[in-house]
Amino acid sequence: MSKPLKQIHLAAHFPGVNNTTVWSDPAAGSQIEFSSFAHVARTAERAKFDFIFLAEGLRLREQGGEIYDLDVVGRPDTFTVLAALAAVTDRLGLAGTINSTFNEPYEVARQFASLDHLSGGRAAWNVVTSWDAFTGENFRRGGFLAQEDRYERARQFLDAARVLFASWRGDEIAADKESGVFLTDADAGRFAHRVAQFDIRGRFNVPRSPQGRPVIFQAGDSEEGREFAASSADAIFTRHGTLEAGRAFYADVKGRLAKYGRAADELKILPGVTYVLGGTDAEAQEKARAIRRMQVSGQTAVKFLEQLWNRDLSDHDPDGPLPAVDPLVGENLVAKGRASVRMFRDPLATAAEWRALAEAKKLTTRELIIEVTGRQTFIGSPETVAHALNEFVQTDASDGFILVPHLTPSGLDDFADTVVPLLQERGVFRTEYEGSTLREHLGLSPVDPARETAAVTASSTATVPTADTVTRTGRARA
Amino acid sequence: MPQPHPASQPALHLAVALDGAGWHPAAWREPGARPKDLFTAAYWAGLVAEAESGLLDFVTIEDSLGLQSSSPTEPDRRTGQVRGRLDAVQIAARIAPLTHRIGLVPTAVVTHTEPFHLSKAIATLDYVSGGRAGLRVQVSVRPHEAELFGRRTFPPLRLDDLGTPGARAVIADSFDEAADYVEVVRRLWDSWEDDAEIRDVATGRFIDRAKLHYIDFEGRHFRVKGPSITPRPPQGQPVVVALAHRTEPFRLVGRSADVGFVTPHDADEAGRIVAEIRAHQAEAGRAEETVHVFADLVVLLDDTDATAAARLSRLDERAGAAFTSDARVFAGTPDGLADLLAGWREAGISGFRLRPAAIPHDLEQITRRLVPELQRRGVFRTAYEAGTLRGLLGLPRPANRYAAVVSSPAETTAAV
Ligand SMILES: Cc1cc2nc3c(=O)[nH]c(=O)nc-3n(C[C@H](O)[C@H](O)[C@H](O)COP(=O)(O)O)c2cc1C
Repeated sequence: MSKPLKQIHLAAHFPGVNNTTVWSDPAAGSQIEFSSFAHVARTAERAKFDFIFLAEGLRLREQGGEIYDLDVVGRPDTFTVLAALAAVTDRLGLAGTINSTFNEPYEVARQFASLDHLSGGRAAWNVVTSWDAFTGENFRRGGFLAQEDRYERARQFLDAARVLFASWRGDEIAADKESGVFLTDADAGRFAHRVAQFDIRGRFNVPRSPQGRPVIFQAGDSEEGREFAASSADAIFTRHGTLEAGRAFYADVKGRLAKYGRAADELKILPGVTYVLGGTDAEAQEKARAIRRMQVSGQTAVKFLEQLWNRDLSDHDPDGPLPAVDPLVGENLVAKGRASVRMFRDPLATAAEWRALAEAKKLTTRELIIEVTGRQTFIGSPETVAHALNEFVQTDASDGFILVPHLTPSGLDDFADTVVPLLQERGVFRTEYEGSTLREHLGLSPVDPARETAAVTASSTATVPTADTVTRTGRARA
Repeated sequence: MPQPHPASQPALHLAVALDGAGWHPAAWREPGARPKDLFTAAYWAGLVAEAESGLLDFVTIEDSLGLQSSSPTEPDRRTGQVRGRLDAVQIAARIAPLTHRIGLVPTAVVTHTEPFHLSKAIATLDYVSGGRAGLRVQVSVRPHEAELFGRRTFPPLRLDDLGTPGARAVIADSFDEAADYVEVVRRLWDSWEDDAEIRDVATGRFIDRAKLHYIDFEGRHFRVKGPSITPRPPQGQPVVVALAHRTEPFRLVGRSADVGFVTPHDADEAGRIVAEIRAHQAEAGRAEETVHVFADLVVLLDDTDATAAARLSRLDERAGAAFTSDARVFAGTPDGLADLLAGWREAGISGFRLRPAAIPHDLEQITRRLVPELQRRGVFRTAYEAGTLRGLLGLPRPANRYAAVVSSPAETTAAV
């Protein structure tokens, strides 16, 4: 072999609030009770996974002016669950999705630094940029962003947080009872940071945490999103689950690192993927088909259609052909609070593709929706899936995976029991944790405070939109 | 009006206030102190386990946005005292799976934070603890803490000027805002009815959306739409607490809280404060509800009064100044403290939040000396009698405010 085998990174995504999660299965458990989170986390840790991952959405989804009721609804608070999970795990990384639009850097930095302390260096932050006024209605500051400004705010937000994390070097606490010196530096934690979006100063009140700062994730696929990841993230959570798309994305994003003075292995690329396991490939395929039909009921298929068509199609027959009318182009008025809506960047073109596909394969609306939305990424026997995962990583379509089970909380169990041992046999996945921090699991070098501040200074000098670009809704002020 | 019922008096409630190495600034230098461990989960787990072994109702965990300071109004640059702390809600969540019965009441600042975030955080604390969550709300009008967020400004604060009309207006406004904040937090807790999650396979519906409610809060300071993203917590309404020293916060307790922490220095003052809170409570239309008034006390407990007094002097000497506090400082024996508590109970105080001057010494004196003494006197539980914090405090699980609205006559008429 010419090049050494890459080590695969694995993470568990707690099943979320879209139709991937099959709540109608009799084995489906609570989405809220802590026991479900503890089960997934313990399974992931037993299998030596890098981390558990929690997504977040700050307003319940609506469609057609009503709260969407066909999928799982509701989830607990990210930080609180992760802090509690730190009590029932020892090594597993704890990754939380936290929005940069509806938060303030000082508070989020405190929360992540606290989580990192309380977990002994296992915290990660998935910085997301959801921006809509719909979500903003839940917040006193109400601020929402023009679509093109949200990454600018995200970048400034993350920079501000980095300034806070770096405000303690790590050697300030002497706590020497004899001499009475608690702090060796009377200005420990002091910071002042002024950019267009933020003007903050004072002293940060959480001493330097074990990892220095949380591991930074980015999830977003646009040009700005990729650039943001290349400049600032330690890992990317992507949707690219096919070999072709994966390799193209991988090459594109890794290619952007050099201009920020970063090496290719300083940014890990981790697609979110689904899987179905069976005793044989045929059995797995059969299971997968059944799961897809549970994920996409006739009702769900029509709701999906409405999201692309941007119209009320409640009378449409899911077992008939696609609607004859075209999608309405423009702001999506039907579906609210859903990041995936933005995937349909050109609704007319997508509708034309769907029609052609339905025509060619003679698909009803529901079958078509299953075809375009419901395909699991990896289907087969444990052998087949282990082989495919390994190929994906060794051929640079990714550095690992964030596994999205379709069942809460037991959906990861069979993967942990059957696929992980095969990956371990192949020598591409750890059999024991080697480090104690998430950075160590991910093979990332320790955070270098000097480099952190240098990165911030460099990006702060870039031209930035003014604070006015944070539009305020109504009377929200404070 | 204080209404003593010595014979039928319900058992007293006892909480302990955890903060760093204890409330005395020199506590971290005491022989048993573990100042290097203050930022570890193990440290906090140990303290809360100790409190739970003493069957206490709950622990509170102090917090602040800014770094600790020896001045209540301004930052300092001192290096000889504990500085730095962890987010209290997360400490509580980290401890929740390790404990079983004791209530967990973190402090959270409501002046600069989002009620939507805090509401779901405390709801989730209630889930991870199986119904043991509380929330102590705290107002911050310190200009230097506002600068940490950079969103608003407050005029400079001077203790001597607190009585001036300008300062009073700022304080009154901040507490009105806090009351709005608590209202939003509470409405969000109720924004899902208990049985909103139906998982009805036949109709394909995960929830009954008629049982989810927009809260549509519009106040002078902000508005919030709702519903929460987190279902109604196990207790329905986790316990809301505020520390109160004067009229504005007394009013907040009367309007919004389940428990008020107050700082009387004798039984008479305790009686006056209880009466004032009861008046605010009545004014807010809550006369029928249970609102506990807990007295805060800083405690140094030893086998003799002389030992306790000597320890206080030694601590003061190390700190370089006599210890002062908003609350009464009690240095004496567990027996003596039990006498004091009994006296204040007669004045209408229903519980106490003890602030151990030094940890672990005074915490262990509470759990291992004071509690057995109170049990001997028949005024404190000998086993946990309830599984939730509301249960321990004798608070019923409240009806959902929105559930009542749904079955209102207006709705029925409209449907006909
Ligand atoms: C795999 C993936 C996961 C995401 N998870 C979340 C999430 O949990 N919460 C959220 O608010 N946004 C989430 N997002 C949305 C992104 O933060 C971003 O708002 C969205 O992808 C649009 O950005 P883009 O135009 O760069 O793709 C996710 C995006 C991707 C690709």
